[in-house]
Parts: sequence; structure tokens; C-alpha cells
Amino acid sequence: MNVIVCVKQVPGTNEVKMNKETNTIIRESAEAIINPFDEYAIEEGVRIKENTDGSVTVLSMGIPQVADLLRETIAVGVDNAVLLSDKAFAGADSLATAYALSMGVKKIGKYDLIICGKQATDGDTAQVGPSLAEKLGIPHTTYVRKIEQITENYIRCQRMTEDGYEVIEMPLPAVITVVKEINEPRLPSIKGKLKAKKTEVMVYNADDIGADKNLCGLKGSPTQVVKTFVPEHEISGEIIEGTSREQAQKLVQKLMSMQFMTCK
Amino acid sequence: MSHITIISEKCVGCKLCVGACPFNAIEVTEKKAKILDDCTLCGACVSSCKFNAIDFQKDETDASVDLSEYQGVWVFGEQKNNQVSQVVSELLGEGRKLADKLSVPLSVVLIGSEIEGQAADLIACGSDNVYLVEHESLKNYNDESYADIFVQLVKRFKPEVILLGATTYGRSLAPRVASRLNTGLTADCTSLDIDPETRNLLQTRPAFGGNLMATIICPNHRPQMSTVRPKVMKPLDPDPARKGKIIRPDVHIPTELSVKVIDIVQTLCEKVNLTEADIIVSGGRGLGDPKNFVLVEELAEVLGAAVGASRPVVDSGWVDYSHQVGQTGKTVGPKVYFACGISGAVQHLAGMSSSDIVIAINKDPSAPIFKIATFGIIGNVIEILPELTKEFKAKLV
Repeated sequence: MNVIVCVKQVPGTNEVKMNKETNTIIRESAEAIINPFDEYAIEEGVRIKENTDGSVTVLSMGIPQVADLLRETIAVGVDNAVLLSDKAFAGADSLATAYALSMGVKKIGKYDLIICGKQATDGDTAQVGPSLAEKLGIPHTTYVRKIEQITENYIRCQRMTEDGYEVIEMPLPAVITVVKEINEPRLPSIKGKLKAKKTEVMVYNADDIGADKNLCGLKGSPTQVVKTFVPEHEISGEIIEGTSREQAQKLVQKLMSMQFMTCK
Repeated sequence: MSHITIISEKCVGCKLCVGACPFNAIEVTEKKAKILDDCTLCGACVSSCKFNAIDFQKDETDASVDLSEYQGVWVFGEQKNNQVSQVVSELLGEGRKLADKLSVPLSVVLIGSEIEGQAADLIACGSDNVYLVEHESLKNYNDESYADIFVQLVKRFKPEVILLGATTYGRSLAPRVASRLNTGLTADCTSLDIDPETRNLLQTRPAFGGNLMATIICPNHRPQMSTVRPKVMKPLDPDPARKGKIIRPDVHIPTELSVKVIDIVQTLCEKVNLTEADIIVSGGRGLGDPKNFVLVEELAEVLGAAVGASRPVVDSGWVDYSHQVGQTGKTVGPKVYFACGISGAVQHLAGMSSSDIVIAINKDPSAPIFKIATFGIIGNVIEILPELTKEFKAKLV
């Protein structure tokens, strides 16, 4: 079974601080990492490959440096790495990203299943997976917490919901997005690390994958950012003093007077 | 191709743009700014420059769509077990404001089986129309059939704004539909407004785990689609005297589905749905021992609250992952959030910082949770929790 795992490079931290005087963002320079949710997607892909024979290909869209991160995934069992990199892809929203990835998937060719992390930690949109499935004209299931069964033709998986889960069956090829409950990613092996060093990441530009540049990047993005700002957390916090008992009594009194605690 | 360039003659190397860039994509060398490859063309730098030295050339997207054809505000009437989800009334509350600003009707799309009984409530909550699609095959949410029907309705009736709950279903349906319609979708909006001149929907949402807010528009495409997290918008007080129309549009019901929902399982461990809870009591590593987690559950029981947890205690197996609050767990926005023995790592704050009132109980006064706490108690959580439970019991019974 051939699996494609879509991954995204994200900043290693989400810490953003505001310089109050100049009203600008102070961003701790942080190293880039693979989106943590994508690690579960990679692990699940590798497990499927190990159980069924086949290959795992990681696919990403990003700046040329992302190739180094993709190479690292070889060390945990990925076979091939493909990076879509082109100035034409810059400024893509989730729709334009899904379009470019769909063209990348078509370039890779043979696949049975596409796995994505449930969302990326920088944008948190969770939109690219379902949007990609639509662009490829194949079904999808989000928030997958377990694959119950996978055969050549179909997959049966559990989707996490607010109050439990659903069991869903789909024909393959299909897209799933996974939550962290699905597995525990392995650590890279020494052998894998050596292999990673030698592995060439395939880098394609928009022309290589036959992408229409009108549908890529900022130009292909219906949504536009018009303003960014750091939220003010204006909390006049009150510290409640006293013995444990007094603290509890004071707090309960305060909350009761705010009339939030009337329901049982 | 779209690009951002520095106008070298105007740049004085002041580094304001470096600070404004959320992506570390600007560097100043020899007193001139330089845009690096990491640039995502977000444009945050442009307004930061006091010297007009940043040029942002945007390729306009082809405005082939006649925007004026699209009118009206829609809300997706998500339902489960024939019960409309709570987030729908919140969306109607917000949708009402948007529809009034645009002087257009507000409508709900209600898909299900024998679900007509819910329509009156939706009208009472602010809707002018209910587009009702009923078929026995539509009883439960199904990505394939719901997306198919939703797209048919959008193509026929052409709404300009569509709001969906940022729930499991909403966050699956919305991107599928937006992708098929090739229109814009903004996830997890926390505030919405209308630009009266352009009729554009101003969609503000958190990014980078809530550390940065971005306002997003979809100027050349319709409909403009947004998902909104539960508990963010305020519902109207239901008015049973409100009048509205129930419309049964003639749609093709897809019957040969490739996606099949085989089973729906409600796990019993959760009495109260975390994402819809008014009160949440969450426990963290400060409880010291898994057996102390019961103190959290006891307080929650007295308050009729949902039980949450921080990532470390879930990872250590004290409680199930379904209770995890934070970036890798659930995003919650209750009226009251008790953080018991939780230090408040940024990933945890990302999942709960929109709570109205935060109560932090922690022995470490420098714990970051106190920075966002409405009330802080510095002390031993194991002693304080039973006192709180006792005190609430006395007051609430």
C-alpha cells in the first residue's frame, strides 16, 4: 500500500511578544520544526507500510530549506520526500495550498491513502486535509483516532467527535487527518539516520507539477490578511489570600455574587 | 507574481519591519532591510514602515464572480440525534447582527431526518428562513451527502456569508464545501463584522496559538465562509413570537454514498461536553498523584461542570485524552475555568484563554497561569479543592 503523508514546516514556538513602545512584535527566533500533528501522520503511514508492503512519501509545500526537515523523516521509516517549492506558491491560503498539494499528489502518481495531521500549530485551521480531498475528488475523514481496518479497497476508521467517536468506512484512495491519540511516534533509528543523509529530496516547482499559477500562492487565495495584531490580555487578576479554608470561602463568595454558579 | 520589495532609497534600516514580521522573514544588513525567502506575503510589515519603504505588489485575483448576485447570511444548522447543536443559536445571534448590517435575511440550513420540529426554535433564535432538507438517509451527519446538498443549495440561492460551528462536523464540512465552490474560508473566527462600503466580512481569528490575531477578508469571491468556535458568540434570547418561513427546496438527495457511517459511539466517561460546557474544572500535574484527580472530579460534580486536564496528566495516563484542553487537545471557552495545579504552558493557554473567568490554583506564584487568571489562589491545590467543594455544596444546595 502506498501512502502519502502531507507535512508542514511550522515555527518551533508560538511565543509572540509585543514591544509596547513601538507596537511591534518581538518574535523569539525559533527553529523550524515539522508540525507536531504531522509526526503522528508519518508514524501511521509508516505502520501501514510495514503491515502491507509499499511505500511512504512525505509531501510538503514550502521554502527550499524545508527539504532538510523532510530528509529527517527518512530516519523514522519514510521512503521518499517531495517538496513543492516555488515563489509562485508564496502567500497561499488553505485553498491554494490544497490545490498545489493536489497537483503534487498527481505528480507522485500512485497512492492508496493520504494522511495529514489534524491541523498545523501555526494556523490551526484544519482545512487543508478536507480541501485537498475535494481537489482530488476523493473522500475524507477528519480527526481519525484509530484505523480499525485497511485493505486494498477500503478503510474503516474511528473519527473523534465531541462526545465520543464514529466508525466510518470509505473506499480508497482517501484522505484522513489524524489526532495524536492514534499512535506514539517512534524515535529515529541510527540506520535510518544514515539513510536520511543519503536520501535526495525531490524538489518540484509549479511548472514541474503542471500547476496553474493563477490558482497558486497569493493569487490563487480567495482570503487575504488585512491586519495582524497581538491581543491584549487585560486581566486585572486578584490574588486571594488566607488559609486554604478562607481562600475557598472568599472565592466561592465572589463567584456566587457574579451569579455564574447558580446552576447545578 | 505578487511580491514584497524594499525601496532601498527610502529604507533607513530602523528595523521596525523586522519586529512586525510574524515569520522572521526580514533581515537588516548594512542599514537596509531585506525580505528573505520565508516571506509568506502576509503584508504585516507594510503598515509598520514609517518611511513608506515597503512596496507590496498584489496580483489581483480574477474577479470573475458578480458579487452582487450573492445576498443573505446563512448558518449551518448542525444537528446530532435530531437535536440542533448549541453553537447554532450562537451563530444565529451573530448572524442576525451581520444580516441587519447588510439589510438581508438570515437563514438556517437544516439537514436531517424528521427534523422539522427544530425549525421553530431556530426562527425564535433569530432566523428569517429555514431551508429544510429531510430524508431518512440524512439522519446522521455524513461528509459526502451533506457537502453535496449544501453545495447545491449555495449554487441555487447564492448567500454572501455562511457561518458554521468550528466543531468536528463544521470543520470537516466547511473546507469540503469551500474547496468545491473555490471560495475563501476562515477558521475559528472570534469576531465578525461587516465593512459597509464593500460588504466584505471582516473575519478576525487567532493564529500562532492565540498569540497573534489576524483580520481576514475574502474580497473577490462569494460566499464568504467562516467557522466560529462554540461559546464565542452570544445567542439572542429566544422569542417564540418571531415569524419566519420554512422552505423545502427541491434538491437531489445523493443515495449511492461511498462514505458510510457504520456506528456512532458515545463514550460514557464524559457527562458534560467540554467544548459546550459553561463551567470546566481542569487538573494538572500540580495535583501530584493520579489518585488526587478525584478532587477535580468532585468539584466538577458539585458544579455540574465538565472535567478537563492538561497535557502532562493525559500523557501520564491519569485521564483519557478526550479531557485534554489545549493546543493538542480541545479548545474551550466556558464562563468559568478552574485551573487546578496547572502551570499554564502556552499550549494550554491557547486552548482556554477565551474563558470569561479563569481561576488559578497553584503553589508557584510565578506560574504563567496567574497572568491570565481573574482570581488566583497561591497555595496547595490538594487542600484547597476539598474546601471549595465543601463550600460550594453548602451554598448551592
